[in-house]
Amino acid sequence: MARPRPGQLPTLDRRSVLKVLLAGAGLAAAPGLVACGSGGSSASDPNTVSFGSNGSDAKPKQAYQAVLDAFAKQSGGLTAKANVQDHQAFQQNINSYLQGTPDDVLTWFAGYRMQFFANKKLLSPIDDVWDKIGANFPQAVKDLSKNPTDGHYYFVPIYNYPWGVFYRKSLFQEKGYTVPKTFDDFINLAKKMQGDGLSPFVQGFGGGESWMLLGTFDYLNMRTNGYQFHMDLMHGKESWTDPKVKSAMDSWKRMLPYYQAGASSKKWEDASAALVNKTGGMMVIGMFVGQSFTDKAAYDDLDFFAFPEINSQYGTDAVEAPMDGFLLSKNPKNPDGAKKLLTYLGSAEAEDTYLSIDASNLAVNEKADTSKYGPLQQKAVKFVADAKQLSQFGDRDSDPGFIQNVVEPAFAQFVQSPNTSDSLLTQIQSQKSQYFQS
Amino acid sequence: MTVITDAAENVAGAGVSSSRRVRRLTGRDKIVLGLMVGIPTLLHIVLVWVPTLVSLVLSFARWDGIGGLATIQWIGVQNYITMFTVSPTFWPAVQHNVIWLVFFVLLPTPFGVFLAYQLDKSIRFTRFYQTAIFLPVVISAAVTGFIWETIYDPDNGLVNSILGTNKPGASYIEWLGDSHLNLWAVLIAASWKQAAYIMILYLAGLKGFDPSLREAAALDGATEWQAFTRVTFPALKPINIIILVVTIIESLRAFDLVYVVAGSNGTKPGLELLSILIANNILGESSLIGYGSALAAVLLVISLVPILSYVFQTFRKEQQP
Repeated sequence: MARPRPGQLPTLDRRSVLKVLLAGAGLAAAPGLVACGSGGSSASDPNTVSFGSNGSDAKPKQAYQAVLDAFAKQSGGLTAKANVQDHQAFQQNINSYLQGTPDDVLTWFAGYRMQFFANKKLLSPIDDVWDKIGANFPQAVKDLSKNPTDGHYYFVPIYNYPWGVFYRKSLFQEKGYTVPKTFDDFINLAKKMQGDGLSPFVQGFGGGESWMLLGTFDYLNMRTNGYQFHMDLMHGKESWTDPKVKSAMDSWKRMLPYYQAGASSKKWEDASAALVNKTGGMMVIGMFVGQSFTDKAAYDDLDFFAFPEINSQYGTDAVEAPMDGFLLSKNPKNPDGAKKLLTYLGSAEAEDTYLSIDASNLAVNEKADTSKYGPLQQKAVKFVADAKQLSQFGDRDSDPGFIQNVVEPAFAQFVQSPNTSDSLLTQIQSQKSQYFQS
Repeated sequence: MTVITDAAENVAGAGVSSSRRVRRLTGRDKIVLGLMVGIPTLLHIVLVWVPTLVSLVLSFARWDGIGGLATIQWIGVQNYITMFTVSPTFWPAVQHNVIWLVFFVLLPTPFGVFLAYQLDKSIRFTRFYQTAIFLPVVISAAVTGFIWETIYDPDNGLVNSILGTNKPGASYIEWLGDSHLNLWAVLIAASWKQAAYIMILYLAGLKGFDPSLREAAALDGATEWQAFTRVTFPALKPINIIILVVTIIESLRAFDLVYVVAGSNGTKPGLELLSILIANNILGESSLIGYGSALAAVLLVISLVPILSYVFQTFRKEQQP
């Protein structure tokens, strides 16, 4: 997910600052400093693995460090050194990073965005790691960790989180609403909510957060045309002017009149206030919406349902659940150590350590300890586990440049003037060839 | 860029011609002059012309920036064809860049001059006003963006609260969300900075202006307006030119404020700018370096129009005796 975060500069944690200081004055400190910048030159040391992390926010940073510390404790002398970079900058620079001197192991996303670099031969396959950790993961997760082009594994997952339609249990109870099963029910419920003076669909895609629109489109398209069509469309194999896509857009048009006022000016963080103060009804969003709930009682009142069925052939089979994890770079300085680290990262222990600090995500490891999960997490785990297919997210299942520069502007235009949808689809189709060549 | 090269040539020319009249340059003088001209020229070529030319060359390519130079495919003018005929964002971006330029020349710049002219009269608290008006220039574009996002917030923002247009269903204005309004809303935010910048530049010029000229005009019975248009303004020609150049540069490089307000996730309808399109296409993991370069080439051509016309005008006038 391309969740934009306020600009945080990559910072050294206290530990690495201390290390640099301890390395002594003058020249002795220089290799340490160089290592901070490129993560490269501590190469020859067989006891160190470098770990490139995009977890620059407080929680992920702390959580990854805890995982690496735990790894060092049980590895018998092998330590992993984190090179933390700003979340957004890491993604912007990933091309030159992977072609330069990348860290041995690095954080990344499953799906097309991983496959793209695997196909460009910028990653190392890790089938031998999967021989050891394979038993920990369900089939859907295994499939997402492979590159279908060559059948090799490239990715070790750590967590995911589902997208759904989030709502407040107490509000539904009070007003006598029931969870909609079909899209028609969904629209009727929205209509009823509007009559009750609520904003039926809480949405915020302003201030450059056009990516929020992708979640709704992904679900509409998968419910209307099935998972496989959606994937083929995202991979550039199907036409955007296909009547099937038009049909998905037509369903979207039925939702638009019930969107919250000001949705194209607000960020999702501001829009979700309507869910918190119960002036809004439902929100198509990921689990991370929980971050908006600071009051425990209100958070416990939060629930979600699957995006309703549109075509009975596909039901609610597919679930959008973006998954984060790790890659092995092309020429790791310490391949054996890196694979040991990856094997550890695929263990239930690593996952439990991570999620004990960053609780806004879900374990993907079947052996992970879910006993401490609240009801919402429990439900989400089951929701993902029961899914027939897992999609990642618009900008992870497709070429990110295509999504960012072509699809997102078109969707932002669509919600402003829904009647232009046909010409917008034609525009997307005509620009597609710039990104997908075959 | 041309300005610097031409200036360098002038310096060199002046050095040679005066040497004939006065005395020969010593070897040391030649070395010093050579270095003084050579180093800036070299830097200029390496930092400005080489990247510009490489960009122009790359605009005929298709390349994602991954792999060596051998992976570049040459596709002729395909990028330009796509840009002119297919891209739905290109023409709006050109249009918005032009609107930005015209708006800046017509509104905030004259307003800045007006502010400077008023503050130059020794009114009370003039230092306080100067500081207060100049403050926006010191604030970074990112912060300016956040401030104006708050001001334009449709529910709780200052503007909608004053206008009473924060009632969904009745009257509700989305200043930054509506694709017909957002460019103008951003232009006002940008003017807040631009007017202040121009004010301080012009004020500096006015401080160096001989007040006796204005007094003479007043004695001759000129009105305030006549004194300004006939005496002060023409006398401040060097400052006027600087202000015009600054205005053009500021409007062509318009980027940061829009990037903050409309975000890095693609362009927002109504807020497309060439600079944003270039950044979006070249940065990031799946970049279209060739297409981005083609966009940059177009921006270069647009920039050359005011720069060249300015350069020709200045030098033509200066050559007249």
